[in-house]
Amino acid sequence: MSEKIPVQIDDITCEVERGTTILQACKCAGLRVPTLCHHPDLEVAGICRICVVEVEGMSGLQAACAYPIRQPIKVRTNSPRVRRARRVNLDLILSEHYGDCYTCVRNGTCELQELAREYGVDRYRYPSTTTPKFKIDRSTAIVRDQNKCISCKRCIRTCIDLQQVSALETANRGHNVLIQTAFDKPISDVVCINCGQCINRCPTGALRSNMPNELLWHAIDDPEKHVIIQTAPSPRAAIGEEFGYEPGTSVTKKLNAALRRLGFDNVFDTNFAADLTIMEEGTELLTRLKKVLVDGDSSVKVPMFTSCSPGWVKYIEHYYPEYLDHLSSCKSPQQMFGAILKTYYAKKVGIDPEKMVVVALMPCVAKKFECNRPEMSDSGHKDVDFGLTTREMAVMIKEAGIHLKDMPDEDFDHPLGLGSGAGLIFGATGGVMEAAIRSVYEIVTGRPVPFKGLDVMPVRGMEGIRDATLTIENPLPEYQWLDGVTLKVAVAHGTANARILMEKLKAGKLAYHFIEVMACPGGCLGGGGQPIPTSPEIRAARARAIYSEDHQLVLRKSHENPEINQLYAEFLGEPLGHLSHKLLHTHYTPRGRFFLEGL
Amino acid sequence: MKNEKKKILFGEFVTGAGLVRALEMGPGKVVAEVKASNLKGRGGAGFPTGLKWELTAKQESDEKFIICNADEGEPGTFKDRLLLMEQAEKVLEGMAIAGFAIGARQGFIYLRGEYVYLKKSLEDAIASMINRRFLGQNINKTDFSFEVEVRLGAGAYVCGEEFALISSMNGYRGEPRNKPPYPSEVGFRDKPTVVNNVETLCYVPYIVTKGAEWFKEHGTQASTGTKLFSVSGDVKHPGVYELELGITVNQLLAEVGGEGAKSVQVGGASGLNVAEKDFDKSICFEGLPPGGSIMVFNHQRDMLHVLKNFMEFFVEESCGQCTPCREGNYRLLEGVRMLEKGECSVRYLKELEALCDVMKDSSKCGLGQTAPNAFLSIVENFKTEILYR
Ligand SMILES: Cc1cc2nc3c(=O)[nH]c(=O)nc-3n(C[C@H](O)[C@H](O)[C@H](O)COP(=O)(O)O)c2cc1C
Ligand code: SF4
Repeated sequence: MSEKIPVQIDDITCEVERGTTILQACKCAGLRVPTLCHHPDLEVAGICRICVVEVEGMSGLQAACAYPIRQPIKVRTNSPRVRRARRVNLDLILSEHYGDCYTCVRNGTCELQELAREYGVDRYRYPSTTTPKFKIDRSTAIVRDQNKCISCKRCIRTCIDLQQVSALETANRGHNVLIQTAFDKPISDVVCINCGQCINRCPTGALRSNMPNELLWHAIDDPEKHVIIQTAPSPRAAIGEEFGYEPGTSVTKKLNAALRRLGFDNVFDTNFAADLTIMEEGTELLTRLKKVLVDGDSSVKVPMFTSCSPGWVKYIEHYYPEYLDHLSSCKSPQQMFGAILKTYYAKKVGIDPEKMVVVALMPCVAKKFECNRPEMSDSGHKDVDFGLTTREMAVMIKEAGIHLKDMPDEDFDHPLGLGSGAGLIFGATGGVMEAAIRSVYEIVTGRPVPFKGLDVMPVRGMEGIRDATLTIENPLPEYQWLDGVTLKVAVAHGTANARILMEKLKAGKLAYHFIEVMACPGGCLGGGGQPIPTSPEIRAARARAIYSEDHQLVLRKSHENPEINQLYAEFLGEPLGHLSHKLLHTHYTPRGRFFLEGL
Repeated sequence: MKNEKKKILFGEFVTGAGLVRALEMGPGKVVAEVKASNLKGRGGAGFPTGLKWELTAKQESDEKFIICNADEGEPGTFKDRLLLMEQAEKVLEGMAIAGFAIGARQGFIYLRGEYVYLKKSLEDAIASMINRRFLGQNINKTDFSFEVEVRLGAGAYVCGEEFALISSMNGYRGEPRNKPPYPSEVGFRDKPTVVNNVETLCYVPYIVTKGAEWFKEHGTQASTGTKLFSVSGDVKHPGVYELELGITVNQLLAEVGGEGAKSVQVGGASGLNVAEKDFDKSICFEGLPPGGSIMVFNHQRDMLHVLKNFMEFFVEESCGQCTPCREGNYRLLEGVRMLEKGECSVRYLKELEALCDVMKDSSKCGLGQTAPNAFLSIVENFKTEILYR
């Protein structure tokens, strides 16, 4: 529909497409209309009534975010009526909101605080809330503080619509409305997958991650402890946003320097472990394919699903437990790294693994849950001690008085500090698939992938579900059984898209060999631990940063990583070998949709 | 029924006559006749029924629906219950005519949860209408078919709001949504839907048989026809009355034995409080908005107490989505409690009145837009009584 409709907003006239909202039209006209319940990733709600405007001919004020323009209209965004309504509604929200700004992690990024400042709020118009009403609810990953909730329902729209997890819903009515879990169970006892997407979209501090900062400082300050950090690619492409860089600025090397200043004894690259994952997972894929295609072994399942996203792993455990056999048995790069550090590396450098503290800097909130899973201690110790999010790390750096912008460029420590471009692109949706294709194709045929510049374009992008095919021709002798086979792969990001894919698979409508799923929209770069705010544009910028870094690298294939080869030669033996099995692979837990007995 | 004069709804009625006539007229003429009658919705908002049907009829869709809004939740209203109990066939006939007019084959009665005891008799009425071929397949041997099902609400006042109602019928939390689009475009199962009040639908068979001109003999020019009023409170003869639109409060009080009243709440909790000085005002769409409920208060009544009752209702019944209604009603109730204790300053009362204006102006649905009516009018009418206790 390209029908243009003239609109007049204040003294600006413009033309918009039919169905454009007043809010969008205002943006086109260069006018700012304040919003609170609106979020670019979410369905329109129109409930905070902050964005109200006057529409000529309508008796009441209209929510700009929710009003589709279908005929020529005149809008006023800055009349006494509009200002009064916005101010009163803001005051109503402020009076219900409990909490001091200076004891809040969202101090400085809180949208309510920002609005109060914009509107020059200098007192409570209505009696303020002076005592907390709700107990704080904590899981290993997520903290819910209902006292700070302003009922904008962004979290619900995230959990139900965007992610289709449905751990949160509205309960009660009127002033008693609450955002609740099923039967008001603790968040740790419901279907929450810890993706933390709700945190990214909460305008206040009502949802936040479970910060391990205090404990981590303890470890760093303890001279007995050898504290190691591994950093994932996505935080490096985003943490700059916390320090005034434009979204899409990668600060890997400055961050290395900052982390050393902060007190970490080693700084390693999770990309290294991502390469290791590709070796294991690629081999697992080929093994599965052979069993299915050649041996006709029905106990082995394809499509194989990736397992690096702990949110996705928990999602499938809850919603599709019958598909757990399809999930790669590989641990995620974070966990593989932990297991290698506390065995191989500890021995190599002669450090008691008991005294070793492994920290993972991740874009992800679910990584906290993952490293606390009881099965994640195959090294004989807790493989990874702390999962730290990008935001939490930014706090620590600021607390230490370190100016990221002033840091010199420094490299990772070695060995275990070399990662390929393939490991790097794990950070973007489609990245694991691309990395796997780069290696598997070459291992099977002896030739590089038939894509210009090694860029497997069909699996890139921000489309919710993407698929691609790759036909194997003239493979090496030991892979003759793959000759002429067309491998079908798919990529989904955001669990809502994963659900669409799963339902189609269940209905027998699709057939794939390998599927990558990332729980978060955009993949890890859009993770729940990443800087706030998030939007499609911000995620696209982070993706560009990651792909351009890949291009700058010489080493762009996991199987060519010399430090990986060294690890296999000195320690692991071969992919899927005995030690790999012990240290790098895991199993899963069917969970069901409710934890209540009798349901 | 004390009302002696047999007006419309309590006049003579032959089941099926209107429907048979409508089938002869054809959908276009039915819509035109209803439009010409100037019938306005009796569910509260007073939207012209003919126009609503016309807009829905125009929509192209494989399916359309008629929903009879029998959620009757406004405090003090019980006129729809009477119709459902005593005149169910008329309701069903109105629905069938509406369905024929807009091209719907399916209708629903959304029955207030507390009226569950009426479900059986309504279903009996549906069965009896089907037996006489006034409902079901090939009505009156034409190729028009229309089925009706009863759906139960679960006790939320807000589910009387048409979108909350549709949302609850669709299986979601009963919450109003933003308009446009309107139900005539996107309604039940996202299909064009007409939502009409029970009483509105009951006038339809008469308009079709006796004509728009006859209907317009009743009421005023802008408010044609009669209206049912549920009268309660300090009156000698409480009950349901059918009265001409345009009647003054005084005339109404005389009719029901409510002389000597201190004030009258016209239109229920969401309506206006009318004080003695305004008893000569008339009740009609261009005057005091004619909700279905008339509550009469005599001089012994404490108006702050009355107000508190209303505000408790809204705090409880707001769906809690939008800020002005969710928080505003709570603040108004808090204000009433402060007034009770003599702790509300004149200045803060002004603040609350300004809040009322914003609630009316910026709430998402009719509930929040009308909830402050009682507060504003009672405070205005009885300021001294309320402030200086
Ligand atoms: C909070 C609220 C409650 C309502 N409750 C009812 C109700 O119980 N019955 C009803 O017919 N209309 C009710 N309405 C009005 C409906 O939204 C709608 O306007 C009406 O059903 C349309 O029918 P009509 O045009 O025949 O009046 C309510 C509106 C609001 C805002
Ligand atoms: S006005 Fe009240 S009932 Fe209506 S949408 Fe807002 S909160 Fe819900």
